[in-house]
Amino acid sequence: MQLRKTSKSYEKTLDRYGWLFISIAVILLIVFMFYPIVYSLILSTMSSKGIVQKFVGFGNYTRLVKDEMFLKALKNTFAFLIIQVPIMLLLALVLAAILNDKTIKFRGLFRTGIFLPAVTSLVAYTILFKMMFSADGFINAGLMRLNIIKQPIPWLMDPFWAKVTVIIAMTWRWTGYNMVFYLSGLQSVPDELYEAAEIDGASKIQQFFHITIPMLKPIIVFTTIMSTIGTLQLFDEPMNLSQGGVTGATTGPGNSLLTLSVYIYNLCFKYMPNFGYAATIAYVIVFIVAILTFIQFKVAGDKE
Amino acid sequence: MKKIRISRILIYLFLIVMFIISVFPFYWMIVGMTNSPVDVIKGKMTFGNHLLNNAKILFSQYDVKRIFFNSIKISVLTVIGSLAISSMAAYGFEFYPSKVREKTYAVILLSMMVPFAALMIPLFRLIVKLKLLNTHAGLILTSLASVFIIFFFRQSFKSFPKEIIQAARVDGAGEFKIFTSIVVPSMKSTYAAAAIYSFMTSWNAYLWPLIILQTDKQKQ
Repeated sequence: MQLRKTSKSYEKTLDRYGWLFISIAVILLIVFMFYPIVYSLILSTMSSKGIVQKFVGFGNYTRLVKDEMFLKALKNTFAFLIIQVPIMLLLALVLAAILNDKTIKFRGLFRTGIFLPAVTSLVAYTILFKMMFSADGFINAGLMRLNIIKQPIPWLMDPFWAKVTVIIAMTWRWTGYNMVFYLSGLQSVPDELYEAAEIDGASKIQQFFHITIPMLKPIIVFTTIMSTIGTLQLFDEPMNLSQGGVTGATTGPGNSLLTLSVYIYNLCFKYMPNFGYAATIAYVIVFIVAILTFIQFKVAGDKE
Repeated sequence: MKKIRISRILIYLFLIVMFIISVFPFYWMIVGMTNSPVDVIKGKMTFGNHLLNNAKILFSQYDVKRIFFNSIKISVLTVIGSLAISSMAAYGFEFYPSKVREKTYAVILLSMMVPFAALMIPLFRLIVKLKLLNTHAGLILTSLASVFIIFFFRQSFKSFPKEIIQAARVDGAGEFKIFTSIVVPSMKSTYAAAAIYSFMTSWNAYLWPLIILQTDKQKQ
């Protein structure tokens, strides 16, 4: 009886320690994360011009449909998502499959080299790319010297090519990063599987589609979701690759690089601040992320 | 046999091209450091002798010392704080199991899905209200508790044998003592990995510092 009593109070003490250990983090998360998330949902039902605020209910959401800037930002963001993410992930997957092959020489060197871009700071690399892709920059000079093109390509001056530049830049920065996820996933795939396939006469390409991809499925889903969330929040690259940077009149030629996050930034800090409307667009991103994540899990057939 | 050899060559060719594309900008940057602006635009690919001159311009036009000092100060303080707070939280979640805390953890993990853009605006207003706009404290304070780092620590703590903690308790060690003198020293590699991640995130941060440090003096 005595023992049970002490063990019960002991458990209580332990429970108190449990709360004590997590308290600082939980308080910080409530103040700097949960409170803003909820507050921004409330904000999204209000319209504010400067300090004046009034409740508009779903007014902000209906306003979205008619807002051409928003539709443009949405279209741009999806263009990046639909074109860049598949190219990058496929490239990363192929590279990982090749570099997992033990018969390839200089594997370490290739891995390190291809991963190298992932350690650069986003601002530093975009500024470097802006220089390389400028009208009289290195890329145009090189392509002209190799006789691939006759006239310099207006990389950052033309709406279409500006998008291409951002896609090239992002693929350069993030392919190696994703490759490392796949490589670590392939560590747990037994070599015997490939050897057995080899004996059965499966070609390398068949092995890629029937062993590598199925075995990496959970990691492919993970990287797809991470890249989707990252691309929907795309900010650093379009901002820094556009002519005027943060203070420029448009983001990219004809606003061709205007993404949802850039538009939110503009609405808050560049135009007459309308926090309510900006919060609405932020929640549009939340909804899109939730829907796309759900679809990706469904497509992958993951029961969890 | 011949077919295999050709595909081998193609694979190596592909790898070499990818390697060059990945590494070339680094080379270009280093070469650019030693050349004059005119040569850089001309596309000069070899090392020049303008390194000292370029450095002189850099140090005379920008307060490099301050830029570096500020970045390092913010990053280091963020790393130390977030490692201490997040690892402690992960320890609490993992070694003091309770249903309520488990639910709290689930909610915290779920919040990882919410993009930063959604909390940016209220967070900015909060910082203004707390009079932390244009201060390093505001920037550091908001990045101290990182959900990803809590998650990362908890995953690693899962492999830490619970018997050791029980044994330490029997020997009369206090709960905080167990954490600071048994768990922390034996998880050094986890702390190192988390420190690298945290430092990179803080060092590369752009949008949030851009918003809350609005005067150049703080930004640099």
